[in-house]
Amino acid sequence: MRDEFARAMIALFRERTDLVFITGDLGYMALERVAEAYGDRFINAGVAEQNAVSVAAGLAREGLRPWVYSAATFVTLRPYEQIRNDLCLHKLPVKLVGNGGGYGYGIMGATHHALEDVGALRALPNMRLYLPLLAADLEPVVGIMARDPWPNYLRLNAAASIPAEVGPFAQWRRIKRGHRCIVIGMGPVLGNLFELGDRELLDDIEIWSVGMLPFDGVPDNLRASIEEKQRVVTLEEHYGACGLGEAVSHLFATHAVFPQSFSCLHAVGYPTGRYGSQRWHQQENGLAGQPLVSRLKKLIYG
Amino acid sequence: MTENQLDQRMMREDLAAECVRLAGRALSVKRRFLAMYKKADAGHVGCSLSCAEMLVLLKFAWMQDRDTFILSKGHAAAALYSLLAEAGLLSQDQIDSFYAEGTLLPALPPVNAIKEIPFATGSLGHGLSLCAGMALGARLKRDERRFFCLTSDGELDEGSVWEAALFVAHHKLSRLVWLIDRNHIQGIGRTEEVMALEPLDAKLRAFGFRAIVARGHDFASLLAARDQCTRILEHEDAPVAVIVDTVKGHGLRSLQDSVDSHYLPLDDAQYAQAIEDLTLAHQAAVRGYQNAG
Repeated sequence: MRDEFARAMIALFRERTDLVFITGDLGYMALERVAEAYGDRFINAGVAEQNAVSVAAGLAREGLRPWVYSAATFVTLRPYEQIRNDLCLHKLPVKLVGNGGGYGYGIMGATHHALEDVGALRALPNMRLYLPLLAADLEPVVGIMARDPWPNYLRLNAAASIPAEVGPFAQWRRIKRGHRCIVIGMGPVLGNLFELGDRELLDDIEIWSVGMLPFDGVPDNLRASIEEKQRVVTLEEHYGACGLGEAVSHLFATHAVFPQSFSCLHAVGYPTGRYGSQRWHQQENGLAGQPLVSRLKKLIYG
Repeated sequence: MTENQLDQRMMREDLAAECVRLAGRALSVKRRFLAMYKKADAGHVGCSLSCAEMLVLLKFAWMQDRDTFILSKGHAAAALYSLLAEAGLLSQDQIDSFYAEGTLLPALPPVNAIKEIPFATGSLGHGLSLCAGMALGARLKRDERRFFCLTSDGELDEGSVWEAALFVAHHKLSRLVWLIDRNHIQGIGRTEEVMALEPLDAKLRAFGFRAIVARGHDFASLLAARDQCTRILEHEDAPVAVIVDTVKGHGLRSLQDSVDSHYLPLDDAQYAQAIEDLTLAHQAAVRGYQNAG
């Protein structure tokens, strides 16, 4: 998604005169053309995320629209108090962009993974999160974020490849229909459902993608589908605490949506203490491949 | 008397008059915030007393209306509120609401409530970065406004302050002035015993700042520092840091230069004594300025 994000930011710069792009010294082989396009509006603030976020708050107070880019964990957790105090409390429209959500940094190891970024930011007031699924989502997402008066977080990852026609980016998108179970997920981990190698299982699951948090409500067609199938599973490349599963369960509980079965598939971290690629970690956590097949079959067929 | 001697004498008299004017403002600001603290039965008296003169200098002898100030050491908010009231920017009703239920004037600066307070501060180590962002934003907009940030010295323990210092120096944000309230006392101890800061001026210079030292309870020294800053801002492409040597709880006979002055509210006797001491100290300072003039 980095390349599409960079292209969208360059296009946005042609439309707006108030943009400033700040990177926390990351973006090799991705942001070079952004730097070229933005000129003195592109600032490498160095490996200093706390300062970068507060500087962005100051820029926003001056009427500018800063975007702050770094790895997902570095742009969310390191400057957490700056995000809370300087951005969220003051409702300043600073856009945080985190690359490599979940296990996106793969073999780089645990310090570079972001398994609590969504939960951490979901807890903050006035913060809206954007969770693209496809490469094609980046252009509309960047446009929506540019118009959003709130502070935002954009979670980037390797885009999913979905062998089906998917509607335009939205808070809720039905990615495919299915017979017996609804899987609600956030981000490209949903693409793993199309690589299960089990046609019958795929036919039985209906897939919904969540693109924004917090929720505005439950779509009528999702409610109707849940009433019909009565079985919901959430899927996220993120710890369970404060993640998508908890957000969806709260949404359902407060909107009188009560499926007979509700389960959360989420990352648990590093169960064997070993490291590998993003896909390896997803499999170890039951979020991809045969482990995901097994978990889904157990939930759907018992 | 030669013409040159006459000019110098007139300059001394002008300076003395300016010091007396500012000292009068400072006394008024201090009396107001001491009354606020007393009514609220609140602490943080010491950190307000250490920076009162420099706040008065900024508001009444340095900043223009278009300039921006960030009180990074938000614990001295009462001094800032009192200063804004002194300038006619907060009403007596607002001042009277300090610490009250439902107030817009809490112990530390509020969020998005007062135009002259652009950020809620007091979680230490944010102000210089915020100021840097605003100064950078103004530069990008080709705006000539100036930005002033006041940090404490204990605050310098925060790593984010030094991230900000690197950033300010690297980007040569020379419309930004960083004042440091060097009262040598932090949370529960003296700075040099908790986490030594000295040699602070050398540290600041090593980071790329022009470092100036001023005596924080002497308007002649503060005005000289202001003039030195102004010369640097006009002629050098470098940011300025002013180490303002102060005394925490300055003027409180029983509490000054102590950790207690940060936390403890004044009892009736201490309050009465403080008002009397401040008045006497003011009278002595005025005589000093006039004699120097």
